[in-house]
Amino acid sequence: MTTIIYVPCDTTALSLGADQVAENIHHYADQHSADIRIVRNGSRGLFWLEPLVEVATAEGRVAYGPVEPEQVAELVAAGLFDGKPGHPLYLGSIEEHPYLKRQQRLTFSRIGITDPLCLDDYIAHGGFVGLKKAAALTSQGIVDEVKNSGLRGRGGAAFPAGIKWQTVLDEPQDQQKYIVCNADEGDSGTFADRLVMECDPYMLIEGMVIAGLAVGATQGYIYLRSEYLLSQQMLNAAIRRAEVAGYLGENVCGNGRAFHLEVRLGAGAYICGEETALLESLEGKRGLVRAKPPLPAIKGLFGQPTVMNNVLSLSAVPFIMARGGQAYADYGMGRSLGTLAIQLAGNIKQGGLIEVAFGVTLLEILQDFGGGTFTGRPIKAVQVGGPLMAYMPEEQWHTPMDYEAFAQLGAGIGHGGVVVFDDSVDMGEQARFAMEFCAFESCGKCTPCRIGSVRGVEVIDRIRAGENRDNNLELLEELCETMVDGSLCAMGGMTPYPVQSVMKYFPEDLLASPRPLEV
Amino acid sequence: MHMSESVDQQMVTIAASEGWTPDMVRQEISALKHKPGALLPILHAIQDRIGYIPEAAVPIIAEELQQTRADIHGVISFYHHFRNQPAGSHIVQVCRAEACQAQGGRALERHIQEALGVGYHHTTADYEFTLEPVYCLGNCACGPSISIDNAVYGRMSPEKFDQLTDRLTTSIIQLK
Repeated sequence: MTTIIYVPCDTTALSLGADQVAENIHHYADQHSADIRIVRNGSRGLFWLEPLVEVATAEGRVAYGPVEPEQVAELVAAGLFDGKPGHPLYLGSIEEHPYLKRQQRLTFSRIGITDPLCLDDYIAHGGFVGLKKAAALTSQGIVDEVKNSGLRGRGGAAFPAGIKWQTVLDEPQDQQKYIVCNADEGDSGTFADRLVMECDPYMLIEGMVIAGLAVGATQGYIYLRSEYLLSQQMLNAAIRRAEVAGYLGENVCGNGRAFHLEVRLGAGAYICGEETALLESLEGKRGLVRAKPPLPAIKGLFGQPTVMNNVLSLSAVPFIMARGGQAYADYGMGRSLGTLAIQLAGNIKQGGLIEVAFGVTLLEILQDFGGGTFTGRPIKAVQVGGPLMAYMPEEQWHTPMDYEAFAQLGAGIGHGGVVVFDDSVDMGEQARFAMEFCAFESCGKCTPCRIGSVRGVEVIDRIRAGENRDNNLELLEELCETMVDGSLCAMGGMTPYPVQSVMKYFPEDLLASPRPLEV
Repeated sequence: MHMSESVDQQMVTIAASEGWTPDMVRQEISALKHKPGALLPILHAIQDRIGYIPEAAVPIIAEELQQTRADIHGVISFYHHFRNQPAGSHIVQVCRAEACQAQGGRALERHIQEALGVGYHHTTADYEFTLEPVYCLGNCACGPSISIDNAVYGRMSPEKFDQLTDRLTTSIIQLK
């Protein structure tokens, strides 16, 4: 009987040699005349174990990892093709792994299990159930279900998705409407969108088709950052197959309504993750931020009503439609309902994707899942929510992951990225980088962001050089306030948050001279 | 509006000296210009084909899309991804963002700049490598990360980088 061996094909697995691992497995299988077939599955998001090789056995899938290409020979000798234990890399049943067992995977229920482009795999694991249910409902019925779920925008702004959809639905029907997926995942420390697109692309497609049915839109665009070329290939291949199978096109699921989908590539501008800049870019212009109102829901792409949602928001929708809004709302706490895709990154021993109900504390994430730092040194600071969010000191790590609880601290959950730094970090340098990044990525439309960020770098340099320190600290505080209050969008408006958090919680680093790099 | 023949001829001469033809650019434009908001897809297509977006291609794009040269230039210069000069044989992108910084990214950056002997946005004298900064490759749990010719490499170290670039610049010479 043919044994199926799984070798992941997502960016992280590939970045650690997964292709060479697969090639070596082929080579030794030929040499041993072993009857095997290699499936390139997605990654389960247990990244410190990548490349994670799985073998299908009578008792389920057993795993080995992290497998370096040179280790394949010894693994084969230790009985890899029969899924035998014994080798130090043997992990046993992957489904029973505590990192996975402790999660509530609603959105990421299929990643790592299926072949990303295999439609039959997708359907066998619950795919398109939500779409079929949605196709039998009225538009209002779909929007109501999303409202019941309590889903809030996972891109960072946490705006209720159902309300956004209602606004677009309520616009007159005799006009072109659009669904735009924001796949410009530019925040450092985030990779959940990438995992969806590389490992379960049909889920995003299904979510977008449902959104189209809900608001009466016939055209969708996925605005994808140009750094994600593998996502582009996966999405384009998945879209072609979904069209052939009748899930996209003139007659979606045979119910007479049309929905077309196209991937558009960004071009390396972080600001295009801001929704109005993204729209400008999709229209073929410089990615300059638009003033709001009008809201994109009313005047969005090409001036038409537009639903703009993040990859994760749209990817939550198939589950919500399949199982009902209430089933999703049963997870979470307060006004943060459902699950959050936490992306544990930076200096961490066990980094990866952690989908859990809102309410888990940051400390549980760092210790129980993360197992401490990669370097083994103490954690000094944690940046949650991307480069525009605060650095959190130890006294704040007991905070539950909840939009409101984080907002009270002047912090934020954003897109769910958690970047860990050990005690060798120079927080003054991190504050400076926040301003430097803003200067590099500002669209230039408003003065507080364009000029403020450049001045921010200069003032921090003066403080660190010991030049007129008290006055310059006061100036930095005022500059931060001006940027927060006076910027047109979150780029300039939130860049001060990491800076202010360093001033408040790590002042000794900011006042010290920059540390020399340890090479 | 048609450009005078001499200007047209001039452009053909420039293009030929740079190893591309105006027809290449026109083909990419005509394949895409029916799309709404076609400019970014067109610029990507030109860069993918020629390797960069030549200055002399700007008037062609402007004419075909009925936009001004300033419009086209403005869009090209806004986006970090587009380049108006040819790149080296290999494009090395080094992640400068926080998750990689937390894993020693700054020291790696410095090593790479010293090893290649060029700063960001520059190409080595032998035209082997063009060095570019990148703000996140989405490989943040296994940093520091770099990419070479679009392939991402995780857990990068100065030693691994030197091995990688050695492999890329070593060509096999067959002796007869």
